[in-house]
Amino acid sequence: MSDTILTVSDLTMRFGGLTAVNAVSFAAERGHITAVIGPNGAGKTTLFNCITGFYKPTSGSVSIAHKPGEALRLDKLPGHAIAKKGRVARTFQNIRLFGGMTLLENLLVAQHNKLQAATGFGVLAILGVGRYRAAEKAAIELARYWLEQTNLLERADDPAASLPYGAQRRLEIARAMCTEPLLLCLDEPAAGLNPRESVALNELLLKIRDAGTSLLLIEHDMGVVMKISDHVVVLEYGKKIADGTPVEVRNDEAVIKAYLGEGDEDDPDAPVAAALEDAK
Amino acid sequence: MSNLTQNLKDSAAVAFVALLLFGPFLGLQLGDSNVGNLTLSTRPGLLAAAVAFTFAARMAILLWHDHKPAPQRTAKLTASVVRSGRFIAPGLLILALALPLIPGVENSYIDLGVLIMTYVMLGWGLNIVVGLAGLLDLGYVAFYAVGAYSFALLSENYGWSFWECLPVCGILAAAWGIFLGFPVLRLRGDYLAIVTLAFGEIIRLVITNWVALTGGPNGIDGIPHPTLFGLSFSMAGGPGTFAGALNIMPTPAQRLDYLYYIILFLALLTNWVTLRLRKQPLGRAWEALREDEIACRSLGINLRNTKLTAFAIGAMFGGFAGCFFATREGFVSPDSFTFIESATVLAIVVLGGAGSQLGIVMAAMVMIGVPALLQSLQIYRMLIFGIALVVIMVVRPRGFISTRKPTVSLGKAKIITADMISEGHG
Repeated sequence: MSDTILTVSDLTMRFGGLTAVNAVSFAAERGHITAVIGPNGAGKTTLFNCITGFYKPTSGSVSIAHKPGEALRLDKLPGHAIAKKGRVARTFQNIRLFGGMTLLENLLVAQHNKLQAATGFGVLAILGVGRYRAAEKAAIELARYWLEQTNLLERADDPAASLPYGAQRRLEIARAMCTEPLLLCLDEPAAGLNPRESVALNELLLKIRDAGTSLLLIEHDMGVVMKISDHVVVLEYGKKIADGTPVEVRNDEAVIKAYLGEGDEDDPDAPVAAALEDAK
Repeated sequence: MSNLTQNLKDSAAVAFVALLLFGPFLGLQLGDSNVGNLTLSTRPGLLAAAVAFTFAARMAILLWHDHKPAPQRTAKLTASVVRSGRFIAPGLLILALALPLIPGVENSYIDLGVLIMTYVMLGWGLNIVVGLAGLLDLGYVAFYAVGAYSFALLSENYGWSFWECLPVCGILAAAWGIFLGFPVLRLRGDYLAIVTLAFGEIIRLVITNWVALTGGPNGIDGIPHPTLFGLSFSMAGGPGTFAGALNIMPTPAQRLDYLYYIILFLALLTNWVTLRLRKQPLGRAWEALREDEIACRSLGINLRNTKLTAFAIGAMFGGFAGCFFATREGFVSPDSFTFIESATVLAIVVLGGAGSQLGIVMAAMVMIGVPALLQSLQIYRMLIFGIALVVIMVVRPRGFISTRKPTVSLGKAKIITADMISEGHG
């Protein structure tokens, strides 16, 4: 029996006349890394935004199982509750950090709900009494842990905007992990990373998976996808065209056609297709 | 060399604009002729002098820019300002506490101190909304008005005293902050500014036109002055008054000093709450909201509640200040709550450097103190004031203190420079 954490069924998202995601269904296993791939404009990010509550899907449902057998409808939750109640965290394709705040502050903002609950509506915390002090100490420890994991500890007191690009990506992952999610959604985590950073990212993602958080990622870098995913979902023109293990997907006729096109030299996805071939 | 030609061209262009502007203003003059009709005379000499001055001034600025040392100097300057801030803040505080006790300080200076402190408090209150949460609010005067009119009406109709009304004014203003905050939750930047501006005007117009309740443009007078544990500061002396209880001669200075300490206390309360909140999850969420709203949402921060608390707490301090204003003046009318008040307070926040408490104090001293102290210069007062503001914005475009101190640190806290911080456009 499979243990599914995320179930997407018949998800459709229309923007006016454009159907960006068309009746997509798939399931992500608990403790697995599930990758969503597809050519540009396939609807990956739209799908992602539906799962993480940034769009309300036109129809269909998204549900998360905190424990086996449970189901919480994410599409019924208000945007901010996805992280709080749904326990789904995400990162962004174009990094969204709090640039003027230090790394540590970024990670503490991520623990806002937990800390806010300890402040007793803020009044106790202003007076400096209550359990807020202990809660803050614990929050700083968690932040320190993730800064260590992402190799950013020595820059903890620097503003986030001063970090180089690759480190900003890692910080965003650390920040998402500080919300203590069950499912971590990463929108192109390897974009713009050099090969060495990409390898380090793979290790980080595997470590997160092994620590018990399931991952869902959109990725263009086939090196990352094929090496670390347990399960791959392929989208094209908003529809799911394949779903399976990396090996199965790699040999799928429809996938090869989608990526290679039919002999079109100017295909913008040609490099990706080449990478796909190399990965074989 | 090309730089010099460039500079000359630029200065000539500026001089041309000056010619267009000054042409009608300075170049032409209306006068009376002997027969009683108007004559038009020209003043080419004055016009030429003005244009030449503009040309020279522009040239000087450009040359100064070219020879300006590398930008590290500004960084060093910023660091030294921040370092000296550690001494400036306690110094100002001691001065503020001791001002009425210094012998020889005239009442007019205490009065000016009260006025500046009122604006410091308003600036600190608005700083929560604009500086921390990054929500551009152009209608802050609405909450000032709510506080003032709450006290005026409660004292007129129910005979409540200042100290009874103070918390009520704060609560009512906070309620209005939430009430007006709801419709604008989805707006950002310019749109938010326009709508809050409109709300400020709506409140003023309602006060003006609801004559039955507020007395309309005539306002409400006879608002009681504050008492000290039930002792009034009446000039009559005798039992039940401050002077009577201490067996001294009643003087106007006693009441003024008392008002001064009330507003000092209220302003310091605002400062203390803001500084504490900044280190709380709520304060950090406000700053995160200023930096990136979408990221906040993805981290599970309730944007609605976070924005509304910023509006409510900011409005509450506006309400306190309004209550104080009413008791100080003894009279309120809609004329005191025009848009120019909102603009002044916002200017104080922006000039001080959004987010900086000390910067706001300095800005309030410049914005309120300078025009008042220059009274004797009459019409040149506003000219000097305007030039001063332009110079400050050129030299320090992000306000007096535009750096940010982290709210928490693992090691030694480092000051964050202004270029890292997003400005919060709503």
